[in-house]
Amino acid sequence: MSSLNEMLDMGGHGIYVWSSYAITLVVLALNVVQPWLARRRLVNEEARRRRREVM
Amino acid sequence: MNWSFFHKLGSPKWFYDISGRWLPWFAVAGVALLLVGSVWGLFFAPQDYQQGNSFRIIYIHVPAAFVAQSCYMMLAVAGVVSLVWRMKLADVALKCAAPIGAWMTFVALLTGAIWGKPTWGTYWVWDARLTSMLILLFLYFGIIALGQAISNRETSAKATAVLAIVGTVNIPIIKYSVNWWNTLHQPATFKVTEKPAMPMEMWLPLLLMVLGFYALFTVSLLMRMRLEVLRREQKTRWVRETLEKLS
Repeated sequence: MSSLNEMLDMGGHGIYVWSSYAITLVVLALNVVQPWLARRRLVNEEARRRRREVM
Repeated sequence: MNWSFFHKLGSPKWFYDISGRWLPWFAVAGVALLLVGSVWGLFFAPQDYQQGNSFRIIYIHVPAAFVAQSCYMMLAVAGVVSLVWRMKLADVALKCAAPIGAWMTFVALLTGAIWGKPTWGTYWVWDARLTSMLILLFLYFGIIALGQAISNRETSAKATAVLAIVGTVNIPIIKYSVNWWNTLHQPATFKVTEKPAMPMEMWLPLLLMVLGFYALFTVSLLMRMRLEVLRREQKTRWVRETLEKLS
C-alpha cells in the first residue's frame, strides 16, 4: 500500500503532475463529447420538425 | 496534375462521407496512443535528474503546445484557401478548428504554470515564450468572437480568414522566443536536425503522446466539421435523409 502511495506522491510532485493530467483529460473529453451531444440535439430537432410536418 | 480531388473537397457531401469513414480509425489510434503514452510516461520513464518527477508534465505540455501552434498554422492555410478559392469547406474548417486550438493553448499554458511552480518557484513570469503563447490564446479568442459577431456568412468567412493569416506573425515569435531572449523556459524538445536531447526511454513516450494529441485533435475537428456541414446544408435532401437515418 505504501509503495502505491509513494508512486502517486512522486516525491512531493504528485499534486502538480496529477492535477495537470486530470485537467487535460477533462479538456480532451470535453472536445469530443460536446460535438457529439450537439449532433444528437440536431438529429432530435430534425426528427421533431419532421413529425410536425406529417401532422 | 489532376485537380479533381480539389473540386471534390468543395463538396460537403463528399467530405461528410469520407470523414465518417476515417473518424473511427483516428479515434481508436488517438485513445490507444494516449493510453500507452501516459502510462509509459507516468510510471516507466525514468525521473529527470534535475526536476525529479515534475518533468512528467512534459508528456501533456509539449503535445498540447505543438497542437496549439500547428492548429493555428492550419487556420491560416484554411484562411488562404477560403479567401483565394472561396471554398466553403475551408471556412468550416477554420471556424471548427479555432475552439480546439484555444483549448490546446489553454492546456499548454495551464500545465506550464503548474510545472513552473516546483521547477521555477513561480506559476507565471512575463517572459517571451509565456507571453507569446498568451497572445496566441487571445488570437484564437479574437477569431472565435469575430466569426460569431458577423452573421453574414461570406463576410464572416473573409474577416476570420484575414485575422487568421495576419496572426501567423506570432508563430515564429513563439518558436524562436527561447533563442532570441533570455528566458526561464527550457529550449525546444523536438529538433528536426539533431538527435533528441533526452534519453530514448523518455523521448519515445513523448512521441506517442504528440501523435495521440494530433489524432484526438483530428477526431474533434472532424466531428465539429461534420456537424457544421449538416447545419449549413440542413435544407438539402441528402442532409435530411442522413438525419432521418440517424434518429
